[in-house]
Amino acid sequence: MELSWMYGLIGGLMIGAAAAIYLLVNGRIMGASGIAGSLVDGTAGSAFWERAAFIAGVIGVPAVASLFVDMPATNVTSNIPLLIVAGVLVGLGTRLGSGCTSGHGVCGMSRLSVRSIIATCIYIGAGVLVIIAARGMGVL
Amino acid sequence: MRILVSLLCGGVFGAGLVVSGMTDTARVQGFLDLFGAWDPTLMFVMGGAIVPMFFAWRIAAKREAAVLGGPLPAPPSTTIDTRLAVGGILFGMGWGLSGFCPGPAFASLSFGGTGGLIFMAAMLLSMFAARPIIGVLFRNA
Repeated sequence: MELSWMYGLIGGLMIGAAAAIYLLVNGRIMGASGIAGSLVDGTAGSAFWERAAFIAGVIGVPAVASLFVDMPATNVTSNIPLLIVAGVLVGLGTRLGSGCTSGHGVCGMSRLSVRSIIATCIYIGAGVLVIIAARGMGVL
Repeated sequence: MRILVSLLCGGVFGAGLVVSGMTDTARVQGFLDLFGAWDPTLMFVMGGAIVPMFFAWRIAAKREAAVLGGPLPAPPSTTIDTRLAVGGILFGMGWGLSGFCPGPAFASLSFGGTGGLIFMAAMLLSMFAARPIIGVLFRNA
């Protein structure tokens, strides 16, 4: 538990390394919502299989690992309506704002993009406020 | 080859999300719980990820094309508009309520139970429906 920041840093470096290779080798920005969104709404075009392979890797490597080692708890809420509302908000919000934690947060901020820095501040701010509100209303 | 590199990058990204603890929705919500039992882990994850990418952008700026050919990303958009703000607010709300953002939702799909699958289904349907909705709300989209 005390080492969580260290695992965070190691995992973060892995995420950054993946994003760096994806950028320099394939010439693409590693944004999870952009990749997933373009696959479901048909805007991926000729990049369809490249993006589908990316998602397959994201799902597949932890799936294979889970056959051999115990995976960490996800602590997903059992409140199904809450999960549906959250899923809809994340889907629409990331398409509307053109990015999520990986796209704006990692790829955009590392590029010193003012737009991405502002987007990241907005979604973290909204997340902080919604936690306060949800705790206050007893939803969380 | 591009597809293979893409699979590899996705795999390292997914593994990194698990190792970092970001597939634990309680940890993510703990980061957003600024005035509660604050958990700083997400800051280390984002910091750790930004470092290699910072240098990657420097290298990209000196290159004409990607290693496997094809263009490198165009300069970032500088448009800061209502669409960006509303999108950020909606995304942040969903992220806070569930502790899920798109990357970790995919990474934990195989071991996150029914809840993770329900979130994923709702997110993908919403992404599918987003274009026409955005088209109505924001004419320029």
